[in-house]
Amino acid sequence: MAVNAGRDLPKLGAVIAIGVLALLPMARLPAFYDSFLYLVFFWVSLSTSWALLSGFAGYFSLGHAAFFGVGVYVTADLTTKFGWPFLATLPVAAALPALLALGIGAIVFRLRRLRGELFALLTLSVTFVIATIILNTPIDGGGGIFMSAVPLPAIMPTPTGSIYLLGFVICVATLAIAWTVAHSRLGMGLFAIHDDEDVAEAKGVPTLRYKLIAFALSAGIAGAVGGVHAMYVGFITVSGTFELTVPLYVVLMSVLGGARNWFGPAIGATVITVLLYAFISGGEAMIGRAIVGVILISAILWLPDGAVPAAKQWLARRRRVPAHPPPAAVAPVVPPARPVGERALLQVRGAAKRFGGLQALGGVDLDVREGEILGLVGPNGSGKTTLINVISGFYSLTSGTVTVAGVEIGNLPAHEIARRGVARTYQIPRPFVNMTVLENVVLAATFGNPSRPAAETRDEALHWIGFTGLSGKEAVLPGGLNLHERKFLELARALAAKPKLLLLDEVLSGLNPAEVDNAIRLVRAIRAQGATIVFVEHLMRAVVELSDRIAVLNEGKLFALGAPREVMRDPRVVSIYLGKAYAA
Amino acid sequence: MPSATLLGQALISGVLAGGLYGLLAMGLSLSWGLLRLVNLSHFALAFLAAYIVYELGTSYHVEPWWSAAMVVPLMFAIGAGQHWLFDRFKVNELASLLITFSFAVILEVAIQLYWTADFRRYETEYATRSIKAGPFYIPVLELVLCIVAGLLAWGTWLWLRRTYVGKALRAAAEDPAIAAAYGVDHKKLAYLLSGIGAAYAGIAGTFIALIATLAPAQIWAYLGVVFAVVIIGRLGNPMGALLAGMLIGASESIAMAVLSPAWAPVVSFSVLIAILLWDPEWL
Repeated sequence: MAVNAGRDLPKLGAVIAIGVLALLPMARLPAFYDSFLYLVFFWVSLSTSWALLSGFAGYFSLGHAAFFGVGVYVTADLTTKFGWPFLATLPVAAALPALLALGIGAIVFRLRRLRGELFALLTLSVTFVIATIILNTPIDGGGGIFMSAVPLPAIMPTPTGSIYLLGFVICVATLAIAWTVAHSRLGMGLFAIHDDEDVAEAKGVPTLRYKLIAFALSAGIAGAVGGVHAMYVGFITVSGTFELTVPLYVVLMSVLGGARNWFGPAIGATVITVLLYAFISGGEAMIGRAIVGVILISAILWLPDGAVPAAKQWLARRRRVPAHPPPAAVAPVVPPARPVGERALLQVRGAAKRFGGLQALGGVDLDVREGEILGLVGPNGSGKTTLINVISGFYSLTSGTVTVAGVEIGNLPAHEIARRGVARTYQIPRPFVNMTVLENVVLAATFGNPSRPAAETRDEALHWIGFTGLSGKEAVLPGGLNLHERKFLELARALAAKPKLLLLDEVLSGLNPAEVDNAIRLVRAIRAQGATIVFVEHLMRAVVELSDRIAVLNEGKLFALGAPREVMRDPRVVSIYLGKAYAA
Repeated sequence: MPSATLLGQALISGVLAGGLYGLLAMGLSLSWGLLRLVNLSHFALAFLAAYIVYELGTSYHVEPWWSAAMVVPLMFAIGAGQHWLFDRFKVNELASLLITFSFAVILEVAIQLYWTADFRRYETEYATRSIKAGPFYIPVLELVLCIVAGLLAWGTWLWLRRTYVGKALRAAAEDPAIAAAYGVDHKKLAYLLSGIGAAYAGIAGTFIALIATLAPAQIWAYLGVVFAVVIIGRLGNPMGALLAGMLIGASESIAMAVLSPAWAPVVSFSVLIAILLWDPEWL
């Protein structure tokens, strides 16, 4: 029991705190306390909801005021113009902004040029558009809306107490949602999107769907908060609702507390609300705004990850707890080599890829048999990596087809291809930089396979970490690995998806001879487990040693195909390769 | 439907008003496109310049052109100073957005503390002058603004195009380390470019003082439109920014004539969203 006490005590404390805070208005404190605490809950809910998309997935939105404002006006209009009871408007106040976010997301997340700062400005623009529409239509009409005639349900002895309780309920619900998301598949996917969206997609994360879900959740919560806030404010105007301070404070609070942590925004929101209150009560509201600006600048410059992560690191260092889990004991895997099958696993037919006027692939036909290792070689710019990118779905085909195990995958999104058993590595390793080695591999294992219990996925990830010789590095961030280890982390991530087809893009380049031998053994062991491998390589020794067949690409076309030694002796191949073969 | 004369007048006024959008967009477009820094405080700097021109003009009776000669170098210095901060802390695009957003808020507060939140109008003899061309009136100030903006855009474009500066900056924006290895002195150029961007804000501010009514909150009034202009005009392209500004100005003005003035803000974003969805090659 003593062991559990440490873990259960915070939970018990949280339950008691929630109970006490929920019943606080019963104590009939002066209305000031209810109102002040309501504002804390208000900002905690808003900033936490903002972080669901912007903190977790890294798409900074400056348009949170738009969703909040739509919620405010839904409640204001439905209660005053249509006579709805106040509580009945709240689901609509949440649903409408969520739908709006889905609409905006469905448009902007499809733009291939969408970068972070463009998203920030687009969301900011949306705020202006919505504010203009509301101002010019009967939704507001320019005169503002009085809420004083709207009856407030007496769920607490005082009106301020009732609003307090509603704000508190939304706040707790928001934190619960944030915690749940952060510890779920969705959260894992969002964190991966934050680090490298293309790689996340290639590992099987449905990036578009996840961003849309996070955006809708974020906007929906903001709308519900707005609905309650309409009652708190009492008199609603467009300029007061769509104020720029909302996105400013929300971003500030989240960044200050740590936007990638589910609890970070709550800490930031509490600190800033108290600070702002201190200035406003001192009659210096303008100065307060300026000081908040100064704090934001300082926080971004000196504390880029936020207070909560910084505090966590500091605690971890002080305790000197060995942060990594015990390395899993991995049995050496040496299954017998399987014969190359007759059936073609990968069929490429007439694959063409054009970038504007540049023909990178000009109609490639290629069959790769089950269990085969196919070496893909060719001079620089011959289309090797493009072919890998086309098969893995990073580029869409201009024309032609690609089938894996009889299923056409040519025009599927990359994450669907990943789920059909295609995994790849990158020439320059692209790990998720804010995730540990273990988390990197767990992500690939989670999204590359049908869903399973977390413990099972974790054990499997540990197995592949051991298999690639990275045991003991589980808790290390990729920044702490050397090139050799980063290349092997690429392999571990690819393997964790248990691929039918593994695409290796120059895994050996930059390795020293001993490391190359090690990697060759590893590739053999991977094949022995039943994977079919296509690998791009310049190192001829490895190509000849490993490949069952070699395909030579030149200027986007298949130039030669056959047994390694024959192909490499072909005078035509030597002529396009002259110099390179010896240089390697 | 309004008459042809009214529409023609709306078109002329719109294109001329769009010159200001273009002028404001040029500085932003340069730093965003070539330095990968999004400077939200650009508008605050323009308004700071406008307020200084206003103050010099009303309190000390300094001609606006002389005020401009003082304000523009000051803005250059502020722009270069901002860049020191970005350089010192290796600030990325998103962080630059947040930092300059805060900086704009601080400037807004400073302006409000000194000049109060009241509306201010700098009355000059230039404001009402106009040329009559057929049935149309062409306001002189706006025309001068457009000529100045056109010359600046053209000059900057030539400078970036004809000298190696543009290429060097584009290379450095792609990969500073590699560009440096090829001998590109990115840092010095970046300071120069930041300064020039801010100096453009100073020039825009001078015209704002002469044309518009000043209030601290007006800092944010141009934000959305101008960013739409920057994106439509293509990042890092001063000529594109000016042309896009005129396009947006004209569409807004026609929307005002056909619908109602209050609907103008929606126009720029509709154009922006339409163009982003269309996704043409030149974007």
